Amino acid sequence: MQIRVPSGMSRRHFLNHALSSAAAVPALEFLMHLEANAATVRKNQKACILLWLGGGPPSIDMWDLKPGSKNGGEFKPIRTTGGYEICELLPKTAKIANNLSIVRSMSTREADHGRGRYYLHTAYIPNPTVVHPSFGSVVSHELGPKRPWLEIPAFVSIGGTSEGPGFLGMANAPFVVDAGGKIRNAEMDKMDGDRFHNRLSMLEVVETGFINSKRGEAPQAHADVYKKAVNLMTSKQMSAFRLQDEKPEVCAAYGNNNFGRGLLMARRLVEIGVPFVEVTMDGWDLHQQVFNGLKTRLLPNLDQGFSSLVSDLSARGMLEHTVVICMGEFGRTPNINANVGRDHWAQSWSVVMGGGGLKGGRVIGGTDKDGVAVEGKSYLPGDLWATVASALGIPLATVHTSKLGRPMKIANGGTPIQELTT
Amino acid sequence: MSNLCVFHDSRVAPACESVRRFLAAPFAGVFATIALLLLTSSAPGSDKPGKPTEKPPARSSKADKVLRSGETHRSADPVVALINQQIRQAWQENQIVASPVADDEEWLRRVSLDLHGHIPFWKEIDRFRKDKNPNKRAALVDKMLDDPAFVRNWTTLWTNLTIGRQTPRQVSRAGIQKFFRESFAQNRPWNEIVYDLVSAEGRSDENGAVNFLLAQMSTRDEMVLATAKTTRLFMGVQLQCAQCHNHPFDPWKQAQFWELNSFLRQTRPIEHRTLNRATGQRMTDYTELVRTDFSGPVYYEKRSGEMQVAYPIFFDKKIDPGSSVDRRKELARLMTSGDRPYIAQAMINRTWGHFFGYGFSNPVDDIGARHPPSHPELLERLSQEFVKNHFDVKQLIRWICTSDAYQLTSRTTIKNAKDDPAMGHAPLFSRVYPKPMEAEQLYDSLLIATDVEHTVHADWTARQKQRDEWLQQFIFAFGTDENDEASTFNGTIPQALLMMNGQLIEKATGGESGSFLHKVLDSESTEIQKIQRLYLASLSRHPHGRELGAAEHLIELYPDKLPGYQDLFWALLNSNEFIINH
Repeated sequence: MQIRVPSGMSRRHFLNHALSSAAAVPALEFLMHLEANAATVRKNQKACILLWLGGGPPSIDMWDLKPGSKNGGEFKPIRTTGGYEICELLPKTAKIANNLSIVRSMSTREADHGRGRYYLHTAYIPNPTVVHPSFGSVVSHELGPKRPWLEIPAFVSIGGTSEGPGFLGMANAPFVVDAGGKIRNAEMDKMDGDRFHNRLSMLEVVETGFINSKRGEAPQAHADVYKKAVNLMTSKQMSAFRLQDEKPEVCAAYGNNNFGRGLLMARRLVEIGVPFVEVTMDGWDLHQQVFNGLKTRLLPNLDQGFSSLVSDLSARGMLEHTVVICMGEFGRTPNINANVGRDHWAQSWSVVMGGGGLKGGRVIGGTDKDGVAVEGKSYLPGDLWATVASALGIPLATVHTSKLGRPMKIANGGTPIQELTT
Repeated sequence: MSNLCVFHDSRVAPACESVRRFLAAPFAGVFATIALLLLTSSAPGSDKPGKPTEKPPARSSKADKVLRSGETHRSADPVVALINQQIRQAWQENQIVASPVADDEEWLRRVSLDLHGHIPFWKEIDRFRKDKNPNKRAALVDKMLDDPAFVRNWTTLWTNLTIGRQTPRQVSRAGIQKFFRESFAQNRPWNEIVYDLVSAEGRSDENGAVNFLLAQMSTRDEMVLATAKTTRLFMGVQLQCAQCHNHPFDPWKQAQFWELNSFLRQTRPIEHRTLNRATGQRMTDYTELVRTDFSGPVYYEKRSGEMQVAYPIFFDKKIDPGSSVDRRKELARLMTSGDRPYIAQAMINRTWGHFFGYGFSNPVDDIGARHPPSHPELLERLSQEFVKNHFDVKQLIRWICTSDAYQLTSRTTIKNAKDDPAMGHAPLFSRVYPKPMEAEQLYDSLLIATDVEHTVHADWTARQKQRDEWLQQFIFAFGTDENDEASTFNGTIPQALLMMNGQLIEKATGGESGSFLHKVLDSESTEIQKIQRLYLASLSRHPHGRELGAAEHLIELYPDKLPGYQDLFWALLNSNEFIINH
């Protein structure tokens, strides 16, 4: 791994100063520990990568095709190594499908983008009296403290903003970056270590005064976020964002587009121990020309990125520790509208997941012949996240407390999907 | 931190629980009056002013007296008296005691950010503090409302609300800015402004009001987004869920969504483009919003798959569905007429929320059964007064800014700690809730802090454009039919990095000849006065003793003067106190 030492100051020099100051950079011992224990420790750390298809993907054209139905659409199903069929425009994914399972029985009730995005990320429907955390924030809250050597945020969101940390506080907010991997304003090159230290010391004086002025939690949250930002700036782990360090053929395999780059970055972040990474691909709000949109851009990019990610994780021995889950805020109407599009549909749709010890090659539940209703048991976002929690080793008995003092069960008290866990 | 600024389309904001539960305690006013007496004798806070050259500011004894005596209000305006009475009553019913009145510095900084969108210029702070006029706060509100900075700030707020921070295709940002600038400068009645935005026809560059609807028409969605946005923004009613089904909690029916939608269907954009010979690309010159001869009902599908028709009906008021009737004009008329139109309540709630950090009902644009208002009677009566006063926006702001509650400090005390809407409680306005600065406020505040505003004859249009460009780095568009966007200027790490290492702060703390710091260092004043000036310029107050000591120590670390002052100014601009509007 290439280590970039900022010019103008060395990290150690900075740390020697900063350690004595309030800018609590993690102690040097952790750094040594990190360097000594090599990659194997971190590779075995549990993690989750969420592939977020923003706008609501038409899962009826992707994972649960209805050939022969009036709702069937243009595409044909193909066989996969998972034993089930998916869309013909996902041939590469079909080859690694034995690692993945499809939940064809999602039934959520929010078909508005904002509300659906919130529901699928938090497992709770929006409620005016409490802001729930994105599940990435939950993982950050549960697993972040167990990885003290991790100097970059435990929840990274690439190419999209995810949902916020809610009552878990700003320290668990998603760190939002773009797929270019350049973290704006984080370069230490220009900065003189002594001066930076002097500035932070003065800052602490002002901040502490304001924190003590009894104005709620925001002043302290501000100080906490600054600590994290300083941490980040001075960390060697920032190299995880540098895709230039990857071989060109690896980059090419993931795809020369932002989604591909985001997924490759996600793999690098998981490698250094980040427990939750979300990668967003927007453009799925296909009210018009759904088949054209899928054919020309969306499905080829998804196919390439998704399949490369799974193959790469598998080749590196990381797939058994890393859950991958691919979904959006809802599915799309089985009915094809007058603009050859599909509208919002939350009643019956599909999510794909695998890795992290979850069973691959399975289909959970199903929809009727026209795709308009789930037949048999259906699942909620809380069930998905409970499944992820169990794969990550986060106890389902975990209860958080909202600011009002209300107990909040992890994943909204959902139940892991049995066919995936056993 | 959730999106506290209500001049955003708040997606999910913490808000009030059933106010009934909270307002349960039936304690008599006598008890609360005693409590009020107790409060005003309690210490204001722990900060002790250090060794400033001037006497520390005295807290406004005037407003203190108001609270102590328990009288309703000194203001002659009966509406302000109404606000004071209603707010106070809820304090009593909930057995809380309001925070003390904010000192002049705290109040001035807040009212400047709220009204002008930036912190006060450092010279104004002591001037205001020393002003002996007992009505100086009200006088300042009047003065600020007449300042072009108010017009500019309200234009920014309403431009962002109507078209977003990212300018959609076919939309002229300059066009709608001009519309709002002129409207707020003339203090046009709010119902007239809404009427124009809903009914406008013509060119995006000439009749700026058309840009509101154009911004909702980037996809051909049969004006679904325009329907949802119009009701949500101007009427405080969220109908978007009713597009597909009857609302489970609110009384809205799917039919109502489509009936309202049918008012907007005589609308079509025509893009006028010319070929740019240099680039070979066709560029949009302007877009025209025109009326079509659409007539009859619209069709929509029920969940059962059954097709339905919807005629233009505005809550029981039917209009002629023929093509000769201009439906948008009819909708605009119906929305803005009557003695209790939705637009009054929606504007009150949003504006109140802008100043206090929370509206009566939160999120501010979803007033209804799901989010019952904290002070239903006050909201209702304020709406009536707003209508009676011809939708006078400046008057509404005057009412709010001169109310007792707005004079209070943002600090909590033991006696009102439970008044915390961030925890999910209904707001009681026993203090002013802190709110994070918006990106625009930061940008403009830095110009004020570094004297740019007062030294350069800034070209506003050019500056506005520069600011808009700078803002783009924070904006994420979700790319959906709801046209929603999110900002990373939200108190997370990217914002901290921007503040610590970004160009804007680098420029503000630069010390080249002619710069702000250079001038401060060049001035004939003592070390302490220079430090004070940096404090006034950034935090709008004098330093406390410990801070002064730390600053002096910092400056002594360097052989040259400049680096120490740069570091100090950097620390002040990066602080929580600077970025949190309190």
